[in-house]
Amino acid sequence: MKYSAMLLIAFLWGSVSLAQDCEHILLGEILDFHDNTPLNGATVIITGKNKQTVSSADGKFRFKDLCDGVLELEVSHPECTSKFVTLTIKGDTYKKIFLEHHLEELEEVRVTGNRPKNTKSAQEERLSLSDLEKYSGSSLGDALKSLNGISSLNTGANIVKPVIQGLMGSRVLILNNNVRMQDMEWGEEHAPNVDINANQDISVVKGAAALEYGGDAIGGVIIMNPLPIIRTDSLFGKTQTNLFSNGRGGNITTTLTKSYNNGLYIKGQGSFKKLGDLETPDYMLSNTGIEEKGVALSVGKRDFLQGWEAYYSYFNSDIGILRASHIGNVDDLIQSINSQQPNIINDFTYGIDRPNQEVTHHLGKLNYYRRFEGLGKWTAQYDFQKNSRLEYDIRVGADANKAALDLSLTTHSVTTDFQFDSKEGLQVKTGLMGRYQNNFANPDTGVRRLIPDYDKYDLGVFSVAEYRVKDHIILDAGVRYDFSRIDAKKFYRTSRWEERGYDDDFGDIVIEDLGTQLLTNPIFNFHNVSATAGFQYDFGKDTKLRFNYSLAQRAPNPSELFSDGLHHSAARIELGDLRIKSETSSKVSLSLEKIGTKWGYTFAPYLNAINDFIILEPTGVEFTIRGAFPVWNYRQTNARLLGVDAAVYNNWTSKIRTDHKFSWVQGTDVGTDIPLINMPPANFNNSISYRNPKWKNLVLGLESMYVFEQQRFPDNIFVFSPEQQQEVELAINTPPAAYHLLALDAETSYSIRHKNDFKIGLRITNLLNTSYRDYLNRLRYFVDDLGRNISLRIIYNY
Amino acid sequence: MKAALALLSLGLITISCSNDDDNPVAVDEEEVITTMNITLTSGMNTITLTSEDLDGDGPNAPVISVSGNLSANTVYTGSIELLNETETPADDITLEIAEEDDEHQFFFNVSGALTGFDYDDEDGNGNPVGLSFILNTGAAGNGTLQVTLRHEPKKPNDGTLADAGGETDIAQSFNVVVE
Repeated sequence: MKYSAMLLIAFLWGSVSLAQDCEHILLGEILDFHDNTPLNGATVIITGKNKQTVSSADGKFRFKDLCDGVLELEVSHPECTSKFVTLTIKGDTYKKIFLEHHLEELEEVRVTGNRPKNTKSAQEERLSLSDLEKYSGSSLGDALKSLNGISSLNTGANIVKPVIQGLMGSRVLILNNNVRMQDMEWGEEHAPNVDINANQDISVVKGAAALEYGGDAIGGVIIMNPLPIIRTDSLFGKTQTNLFSNGRGGNITTTLTKSYNNGLYIKGQGSFKKLGDLETPDYMLSNTGIEEKGVALSVGKRDFLQGWEAYYSYFNSDIGILRASHIGNVDDLIQSINSQQPNIINDFTYGIDRPNQEVTHHLGKLNYYRRFEGLGKWTAQYDFQKNSRLEYDIRVGADANKAALDLSLTTHSVTTDFQFDSKEGLQVKTGLMGRYQNNFANPDTGVRRLIPDYDKYDLGVFSVAEYRVKDHIILDAGVRYDFSRIDAKKFYRTSRWEERGYDDDFGDIVIEDLGTQLLTNPIFNFHNVSATAGFQYDFGKDTKLRFNYSLAQRAPNPSELFSDGLHHSAARIELGDLRIKSETSSKVSLSLEKIGTKWGYTFAPYLNAINDFIILEPTGVEFTIRGAFPVWNYRQTNARLLGVDAAVYNNWTSKIRTDHKFSWVQGTDVGTDIPLINMPPANFNNSISYRNPKWKNLVLGLESMYVFEQQRFPDNIFVFSPEQQQEVELAINTPPAAYHLLALDAETSYSIRHKNDFKIGLRITNLLNTSYRDYLNRLRYFVDDLGRNISLRIIYNY
Repeated sequence: MKAALALLSLGLITISCSNDDDNPVAVDEEEVITTMNITLTSGMNTITLTSEDLDGDGPNAPVISVSGNLSANTVYTGSIELLNETETPADDITLEIAEEDDEHQFFFNVSGALTGFDYDDEDGNGNPVGLSFILNTGAAGNGTLQVTLRHEPKKPNDGTLADAGGETDIAQSFNVVVE
């Protein structure tokens, strides 16, 4: 790419007339764009001519003996991005040049990956590109699990919800290219609708400290950004394909980028994935195939002064739900838990049958920014999202091919912010957010709506600041206010309405009485305040201490408020509560880290105290003509999450490195002193890698993952089994045993047209083909987890 | 800058005009079975066992009723009727089961004073369905009849629920008095 830039420069130079009068002087002055301070030590080169100089303390530089005509300067400074300036010499000439010392917009891909963090004081992790390449054929949740303190709540292997330090769902925000995903994240079997290959710079803020993205990130924020585009004339691309033995399929993804010297770029990306039935060491997991399609297009222009981007992405997934997990009633569940064997095992197929879910997500974005000299940067954005979810159940007769759930969620957002960065050491960002959302539940399903039709309005205002007190101390702080209004139209069964006592408390919201059903119009307003403060203290050359306190409030999601009915796919009755209020989290986190060339460590404890924590747990059973069903109720309580993420690495020789990571979290319902449900068990990961650049860049790694048995869980419930005609224990909360898995990874790279542009990797997960079940897999009642998977990845950069 | 302002206002316009006050239409569940009527007949003597759950997966449990006592040492012919009474007139689900009889089977479990049971129908493949059946009573006393309807069971099976698998559409039990 550098090469093509030089060609262009050479071309430009060639077109300049070789003039006659060559005794002129160019006097230049180099200033910081933000605060107009002179920049000392900037290198100025006249491209194509062997002339070079360095700016003095007052930012000035001078060239002598120049001819009249056009010439180009390359101006570079250690703290800034290089800039090309074309100017015309006509007699003695004076030129003022502004350099941008904030790299974010124009950043070149730096191999070291030392990119800025989102906050200074909070615990953060970033996925390396090489790790991401390992997980290119998996899901976002799988990739994030390689980070310390991140686990996942699974519904099988293809529906993976990220869990940050024990929290998930609506408590985890996902920023997809600066757009907050609105994809019905409230359901336990709703995975994020993002293509992991679309935006490959992925980082995680553990906790609510990144207030500019939202005030309700009690769990954390996952930030997915596109890799930076180099500002030169070039056309480049990357294609990766992964093949899997388990599922007998694979995926392919391609990115193509055309960029121009003036900052303009056009980028296109597409992915396709297809897997058939997955398998455990002992049997086939029938109906667990997946098909995924993703397309993303962006066009934009990035310049010092201003820039814009238009972005559109489409993501569609069709995911089979394990056939054996579709059960009728509590007796079927008891039978499944006791038998430890799925009741349906069919031959391998690529076909996806019922039950399954088909989800489509459209995302469109328009973004504009402009810098104001000596003041800062203004950004405005509009984004649009449409999420359509179809869930198909096993149904009979004329309804067999009708979806049992058909929701369309449409969201419009407008955001704007201003970043004041003209003062050395102080950055202040302040902004506004407005959002309108509509949910439409299609009644044609013939099944009562689990989530009602609603309109939702959000308004947010925030201000965050970062201040460098001394060279080694940075303070950051922020405050945010969010208003949220939900206006729903919901049908309640009269019997449910009365059983919940709503007839007493919410009698005035009934707008129509249909006999057995009531149409109601719940309208709720929520006012939420969040705030954060913390510091980063550097000591030694590679050791940092971070401390952060975050206060965050989250309004209940539609599921927590309105859920009401039988969830067929889970064979449980889920009941929300109209009385649920916002939950409030106070989190203190500390992070001590040393990132040395020889060795390093991270020690990051945290305490998250959540008032009115909204929790979903089994409470009893209800009887229907189909038998008895477990009832899962939402309720609020005060909770405490205490945990630690710790990691150590050491480079034993220049070729051998080991990594050791441990994470542990303990969740307790403080009111009853009972453990919280679905808290990730402690896990301990160790890996050893061997790297030899001389042998085709061979990287060989062996990874061990030990997951402890969760010892802290709420009691099981006792239910009357109609089949057994007696009260039996429903072992719905009992966690499975601890397990240990090994993975092997090998990668080499080759040079075809450019250096190391072709990579081949082999990865074997669950190397020993161990049978195990995971506490945070909702299908653990029915089947074992995945067996061995041998995958091959081929990556070509061009 | 102008472009951005235009964008902003576009966003606001979209926000302000996508409101409508139409009420959503109610969903009456179509394939719900609310009611099972089991008719036991012996000569002129007819007893009806009913399980009725009008609020489906709502909080109310099914209401079970038995119209009278059975006679001791008697052979009854039984038949089952399934209804969706949330619709008016009630939808007869029995017909759907009969149409897809190879995908359905009733399972019966008798105990106490109920002493014997046999299927009295079969699907196209010669496997039992259970919409019609035969029930024997023994000496006077109390008895229990458990009825389970499975969708997509393994067919043929050994007559036990564990072997049949599939999903449960109905699971009810009736306590009867034999005199």
